[in-house]
Amino acid sequence: MHPILFIVFLPLAAALIAGLGNKAIGPFAAKLVTTAALFTSCALSWPIFLAFLSGTAEPSVTPVLHWVKSGAMAFDWALRVDTLTAVMLVVVTTVSALVHLYSWGYMEEDPDQPRFFAYLSLFTFAMLMLVTADNLVQMFFGWEGVGLASYLLIGFWFRKPSASAAAIKAFVVNRVGDLGFMLGIFGTFLVFGTVSIPQILHDVPAMAGSTIGFLGHRFDTMTVLCILLFIGAMGKSAQLGLHTWLPDAMEGPTPVSALIHAATMVTAGVFMVCRLSPMFEASPAALGFVTFIGAATCFFAATIGTTQWDIKRVIAYSTCSQLGYMFFAAGVGAFGSAMFHLFTHAFFKALLFLGAGSVIHAMHHEQDMRYYGALRKEIPLTFYAMMAGTLAITGVGIVDVFGFAGFYSKDSILEAAYGSGSEIGSFAFWCGITAALMTSFYSWRLVFLTFYGTPRWAASEHIQHALHDAHGHGDDAHAHDAHHEEAHHDDAHGDGHHAPVTGTGGYHPHESPLAMLLPLGVLSLGAVLAGFVFNHAFISEGEGEFWKGSLVFGEHLIHAMHSVPLWVKWAPFTVMALGFVTAWYAYLRNPSVPAAVAEQLGVIYRFVYNKWYFDELYNFVFVRPAFWLGRVFWKAGDIGIIDRFGPNGAAWVVAQGTRVAQRVQSGYLYSYALVMLIGLVVGISWVMVR
Amino acid sequence: MNGFPILSLMLLVPLVGAVGSLVAGGKAARQIALLATLVDLALGIVLWLNYDIGGEQWQFTERARLFAGFDWALGIDGIALMLTLLTVFLMPICIGASWEAIEKRAGEYYAAFLFMETLMIGVFAAQDLYLFYIMFEAGLIPMYLIIGVWGGADRIYASYKFFLYTLLGSVLMLIAMLWMAHAAGTTDIPTLMQYNFSPAAQTWLFLAFFASFAVKMPMWPVHTWLPDAHVQAPTAGSVILAGVLLKMGGYGFIRFSLPMFPEASAQFAWLIFTLSMVAVVYTSLVALVQHDMKKLIAYSSVAHMAIVTIGLFAFNVQGLEGAMIVMLSHGLVSGALFLSVGIIYDRLHTREIDRYGGLAINMPRYALFFMLFTMASVGLPGTSGFVGEFLSLGGIYQVSSWVALICTTGIILGAAYMLYLYRRVVFGDQKHADAAAMTDLTFRELAMVIPLGLAVLWMGVYPESFLAPMRADIAALDARVARARPPGDARWTAGKPVAAEAPHAEHNEGAH
Repeated sequence: MHPILFIVFLPLAAALIAGLGNKAIGPFAAKLVTTAALFTSCALSWPIFLAFLSGTAEPSVTPVLHWVKSGAMAFDWALRVDTLTAVMLVVVTTVSALVHLYSWGYMEEDPDQPRFFAYLSLFTFAMLMLVTADNLVQMFFGWEGVGLASYLLIGFWFRKPSASAAAIKAFVVNRVGDLGFMLGIFGTFLVFGTVSIPQILHDVPAMAGSTIGFLGHRFDTMTVLCILLFIGAMGKSAQLGLHTWLPDAMEGPTPVSALIHAATMVTAGVFMVCRLSPMFEASPAALGFVTFIGAATCFFAATIGTTQWDIKRVIAYSTCSQLGYMFFAAGVGAFGSAMFHLFTHAFFKALLFLGAGSVIHAMHHEQDMRYYGALRKEIPLTFYAMMAGTLAITGVGIVDVFGFAGFYSKDSILEAAYGSGSEIGSFAFWCGITAALMTSFYSWRLVFLTFYGTPRWAASEHIQHALHDAHGHGDDAHAHDAHHEEAHHDDAHGDGHHAPVTGTGGYHPHESPLAMLLPLGVLSLGAVLAGFVFNHAFISEGEGEFWKGSLVFGEHLIHAMHSVPLWVKWAPFTVMALGFVTAWYAYLRNPSVPAAVAEQLGVIYRFVYNKWYFDELYNFVFVRPAFWLGRVFWKAGDIGIIDRFGPNGAAWVVAQGTRVAQRVQSGYLYSYALVMLIGLVVGISWVMVR
Repeated sequence: MNGFPILSLMLLVPLVGAVGSLVAGGKAARQIALLATLVDLALGIVLWLNYDIGGEQWQFTERARLFAGFDWALGIDGIALMLTLLTVFLMPICIGASWEAIEKRAGEYYAAFLFMETLMIGVFAAQDLYLFYIMFEAGLIPMYLIIGVWGGADRIYASYKFFLYTLLGSVLMLIAMLWMAHAAGTTDIPTLMQYNFSPAAQTWLFLAFFASFAVKMPMWPVHTWLPDAHVQAPTAGSVILAGVLLKMGGYGFIRFSLPMFPEASAQFAWLIFTLSMVAVVYTSLVALVQHDMKKLIAYSSVAHMAIVTIGLFAFNVQGLEGAMIVMLSHGLVSGALFLSVGIIYDRLHTREIDRYGGLAINMPRYALFFMLFTMASVGLPGTSGFVGEFLSLGGIYQVSSWVALICTTGIILGAAYMLYLYRRVVFGDQKHADAAAMTDLTFRELAMVIPLGLAVLWMGVYPESFLAPMRADIAALDARVARARPPGDARWTAGKPVAAEAPHAEHNEGAH
């Protein structure tokens, strides 16, 4: 039996045992079973990856079960393993195993642990089905499966109205993307006559120059298909327009944010584009669209990241922005770089989230950075981990010497965008450079606000709660989040006029338990070394040997990347340093600056702070009209028109008719004759007119 | 089966049970009813196991002349087999759902249900035009009684509305049937399915049948009887109404309209598409604003049935098979959803959504099954809902990308109204003490929802079990309607520099 069967199905089995066993087996058994399953999957995944890395493995497909056969539309359950899958396997199983372990500590006090671990494992199963898919429909199965798990985990604390609202939003917004994905699959089937991915990719060249009709117009075949499929990717990967669910998804427990909304699920869109890269390569227009959306997202999300106060939201927007990088890398044809950034990002972003979780844990569920400060001495190990993550995301490194993970992957993306030489490529490059500046700024801002400066804990309601109720630190802690956020909302507008209360309030943050620190350590290692160790395999010349045709590899682009001007090579470093200095000046040297700047910028600041008003816009354009229309259709349509003139009307006519009939049955011959005459006239005229 | 009249036996068992229930009354009635439905379920499984896939089109045939021009003719193909199985599978669950809820006139109640089972199986097994008509129309009477006698406060209005709507179509269908029997000289349905009516006649015949089937489906705008009927019907009545009675419209289309009037079907496809597109968007939005759980699910049924009609009139294999799977899946899922509503209705005696909340706390098992059925209704891959919806929409895409686009918005709207319902009922905090005090599923309730849940997953993961028996019949139907198949709007055309081989031309016409 191929190990992939165990890798994929162990998490499913564990999820079923933990989920259905729940109370019967107790939290310890549930945690043990799921975590053991994930570590086994992880241990089985690395040898596969290393075999592909050393070039000794061949792609394989392991059939599992027939699924659907309907005419030519046939697809089976099967597990495909090639280089691209192997990369995703290690990312998914490693981060998932570590997150399982981390949750032993983070979720310690939650009364509902079996359910939580069952969901985590279920998610992992769905994600693995997605990355091992050999046909588009199984990919869609994984796609929706991770959506379900994401929905369940965002809404894990289902008593909080904000959590269940965020869960629905995530599912429904993703469904908008799925509409595109589904139509894309239908279109692909129509054109290629199959949904098997290898078959489709093999037939792509024959499609050159062909056209199909879509919505009454004629378009280039591959452009239509790729854009439809990409709309699916936009939903899952929270790209501009369909991103609104991701920040709200932070309602879920922090380990979930690390696993699903940073390292794995949200990268599914990038994976899809890379998996189908030969299709996208066949349509320059679709690639241009991908580049544009990616570049715009990376810029837009970074702007918002600079203004948020909630530590998780900053990282969420950062994720959104980094996903933008991956997409525009794919858009300019550097699929290897996109996957490389996906790979390194998984480590450092999971690290940042889990680190943030450790901070939140230490600060008694306070998430607002305005109530942090000076934590570096209190929770030093968490601080080191967050530093490693920050060095990685900001891309610290010296060309040709050593760099942290993000240095290699992000720089290669920027070089590819510049090197592609196209107009859209240089648009992406400048968006990317600007975003890198903001990335550096908001990442260091996070570090300075959290770990440096003076303690500002006293004003936090969570801390107050902890101090007043030292032993009640438990189940109900989460329930206060909702109430608390309301309180902060008012502060937000008054930012700048508001002088934070300083002082510790007598609170002593505590470092997290070993179960949480261990994953931080492992991920730190990844954040420091992943780029340095693996950059040759992923993005250097001869990359094709590693990828073995599992994605499109443009040799010429690699050459172009190597021959970009020196200033392009140093630009990321420069903006990184600039961002660092700005953050240092504004948040450590002279802390009155941010408020003054926000005051100066006024409208722009509010626009960015309020996330470009996307939520308000969508609420106004989609949500409220939908409810309004629903009420109109129901009250005016069904009741007011259909029922009134339909059955109720018929009843009225019958009732009237009976009365008339009674009167007509008068017994007088002439009235019968009259009726017959009328009938005859009507009948004849009908025949004649016809 | 060597000529053993198993279909007649399947019709007879519930009939005997009905008489038994009527005579026995009280507590004994429900036991008799359960026994009769379980025996029929066992017979149904025997039927399935003995059905020869790839064998003759019509199997288990029986024929006896009752009097001139009227035959006791029974027989099933794969399509009828699947719908018969759905019926016998849901019936014991309906009896279980009524187990404690029905105290008034229990004997008559169970007799009505069992009588209806006979008639429903009869509809799917009938091979004689008039026999079909009798079964089809007589099926209304027990349902009418179930709503009118054992229903809620407004039961009289609802049952009258139900009857009025369905009656209108029936009259037209009877006239059409009389004309057909006269013109073709036979009342044998398999023969009629091969008979070629002139296109002009087809138009009128199609419209006459359409009047009946569209109401049964129900299609927009003749759907307004359904929410009222569901709301007023007792739980088991809703289960069987959504589970089986709604499938008769779809069965009618696939058995009569498409094979007997292919040209007219193509001619009126635009009408079907328009009504279906309106239905998907309109009823989904209406479902979004409902306060009554049953009404919400009733409206969602209309939207799902629209996916059936577009699949049927896509004129290709994917559409037809998808439509059939949607019918089977919807039978299970909407039945299960009405059952889920019934379970909490039995405890709190209200269908008002706002009276619930936080059920995940005191009813975790219930929350699990309700989630499973919600996801199946939403069409999550891995559940039955996805397979049918995917094939059906994939089929219609080959005909019109516009119709596919509009109808696929159903997956967004469906998620919105179902998850919004789930959130208000199961998530959130416990707002009302009485709702918070409700107990979790009992053994009896688990015995109903577990089989439904397993069937939903089975159909989602390995639908081949259900597709295989129908494959040959769908293929035959596809071949029959091929001559009228409309061209798709996609019309893939090769580019200038295309290679010599053009391997994709045939896909444009839908797969074979």
